[in-house]
Amino acid sequence: MRTSLLLVLALLLPLHAFAATAEEVVKKSQAAFLYAGKDFKARVMMTLISKGGQKRVREMTMLRKNYGEVGGSQKYFIYFFQPADVRDMAFMVNKYPAKDDDRWLFVLAINMVRRIAARDKSSSFVGSDFTYEDVSGRDLEDDTHAIVKEEKLGTNDCYVVKSTPKAADVDYSYKISWIDKIHFLPVKEEYYDKKGELYKVFTADEITDIKGLPTITKRTMKNLQSGHTTEVIFAKTDYNIGIEDNLFSERYLRQPPKKWIE
Amino acid sequence: MTFVEGMMTSEGRVVQLQRPAPHWSALLLSVFWGAQISIAQETNISMHGFWQGNHSLNLSSPNPDNGDFKWAEERFQLKLDASIAALRSYAKGDVFYDHIDNDAEMELREGYVDYSSSLWDLRVGRQIITWGLGDLIFINDVFPKDYEAFFSGRPLEYLKKGTDGVKIGIYPGFTSLEFIVIPFFEPNTFPQQSRFWLFDPLPGHTSREEKEPTTNLRNTELAVRSYFEVAGFDASLYFYKGFFRQPWMMPDHPTMPTKLTLFYPELSVYGASLQGRSLGGVLSLEAGYYDSRQDRGGADPLLPNSQTRFLVGYQRQLWEDFTLGFQYYGEYTHDYSAYESNLPPGFPKEDRLYQLVASRFTQFLMHQTVMLSIFSFHSPSAGDYLLNPEMKYNFSDHIWTALGANVFGGGESWSQFGQLDKNDNVYIQLRYEF
Repeated sequence: MRTSLLLVLALLLPLHAFAATAEEVVKKSQAAFLYAGKDFKARVMMTLISKGGQKRVREMTMLRKNYGEVGGSQKYFIYFFQPADVRDMAFMVNKYPAKDDDRWLFVLAINMVRRIAARDKSSSFVGSDFTYEDVSGRDLEDDTHAIVKEEKLGTNDCYVVKSTPKAADVDYSYKISWIDKIHFLPVKEEYYDKKGELYKVFTADEITDIKGLPTITKRTMKNLQSGHTTEVIFAKTDYNIGIEDNLFSERYLRQPPKKWIE
Repeated sequence: MTFVEGMMTSEGRVVQLQRPAPHWSALLLSVFWGAQISIAQETNISMHGFWQGNHSLNLSSPNPDNGDFKWAEERFQLKLDASIAALRSYAKGDVFYDHIDNDAEMELREGYVDYSSSLWDLRVGRQIITWGLGDLIFINDVFPKDYEAFFSGRPLEYLKKGTDGVKIGIYPGFTSLEFIVIPFFEPNTFPQQSRFWLFDPLPGHTSREEKEPTTNLRNTELAVRSYFEVAGFDASLYFYKGFFRQPWMMPDHPTMPTKLTLFYPELSVYGASLQGRSLGGVLSLEAGYYDSRQDRGGADPLLPNSQTRFLVGYQRQLWEDFTLGFQYYGEYTHDYSAYESNLPPGFPKEDRLYQLVASRFTQFLMHQTVMLSIFSFHSPSAGDYLLNPEMKYNFSDHIWTALGANVFGGGESWSQFGQLDKNDNVYIQLRYEF
């Protein structure tokens, strides 16, 4: 019994050491991708392109503020400009590690702020190919991470990391990420479905240096199975602009301050 | 998109105007815009709106006046928004042609001026105010509503009517406060007798007069709300002093009436609500004490008794883009024995506890361009129901259509939905939005 236990431990040990490195890479990637700066603002232009080429546009201002460390709580404030039937609507998310988000929506037509039931983080964000998790991230502990290899993708030297969700609560079985060794942003991500077939591909198409923070200002998510694509452009991107805590309130959901949303 | 039922479903385009608005709209909205138009050069004015066709056809029987349609109109809406520094003005006006009455009309849906500073803000003018947590169930939302719009298959926003008043917001930090002063009384709009079959307790009496509270300081309505966070839950306390918005009938003689006066009894409401994440979804609790100030003993059969109204709601996402919501609502009548013993013979008797159960199922499809929903009301105490299935499709970023039905039935000929039994309708809404 004791020998077999030792054997198991011995087998686990190197794996563990390797996994820790992968986790470090993913954590650094999260810091660069989802937690950069104390706060963040961008005018987001999201274009949804159907298989047939029909385009729909969602335009919004996205504001984010970090509370605590990388992987900690964050607050998001999103104000919609387009499409017309959601113009002036505002949406707020309090994101917590290891528990469900709080989400509120201001519906202009009836002047009402309401909470939104939000269980499924893997559901589509405003009908696009991005999920809520793609926008605001997954908890580090929700997946097991492993460095598969290291390789060059275009001009970027990358770690190639395989992240496998521990629970079966997402619609992919695993994800392969090419994470740049210098700025730690994901340059490419491949999502494999339950049958192990590639079905969704994320690419960072443009990386811009903003206040010394490398930022993906152009990205694409392509669903290979449906042929649907979403392209996202960040304009007017900025960091450390001093977003006040009280922005994330019912008052400002109802009347978003011009200085933040324009 | 799941985070928004009914939200991300159609699209539009921002039109930024750096010049004065067109003449006719300036005329329509001159009250709120007179000052703004002249300085429009320095202001960033945005203009949006829509064109909409909205028809609702009877399913079971023609209207009392033999018409086939509950609603038939084309409508154009213009929304103008301008701001300079801490001041902002907003106006939303509709022009429409009603094919049932064959007339064209204008309507100022909203028109107000805002001032905001860091600690307080002010809104003066016609504004839509929504309080409380219910989905089509209103306890602390004491502001005017248009039920005819709802039963006729018009878009949801037309359920809410503008309030002409002043709203002051104060934000000291530990709580947020809203004070609303309404000098001009606005009743709810109920279905017209010519278009809807409705229960009438005194059918023979055609001589009727509606008497709204006169505009004076004593009759000025006051509403206060304080909201804050308690252990991750959103909490609100409410107070209202004003009037019931549903009219009551006062005959000029107890046994041989010749004339009926429709009037609005005095009302105060004390309420509270709590909403937060619970049981894997969103849990809502709301209650209000309806103090019928003119009949506190409950003995006057011509006046409403005081009531306690309460609501439990639960909303949950079961799978991607599918949400279900349940609500249980109750109205408990106080001094019920006084009500019972004073009710004139032949009048329908309300239950001590009126109960209503509501459910809503919503499924989005095709990148949230299609929305299927079913909303239902069912009253276990009255035995009646309302069923509202709807399908909405966004053809493009600018054009959407909704197709739905309102089906009423069950209960008694005088109960809330039972009396609407012969008014089943199918409706279509088609909107181009810019």
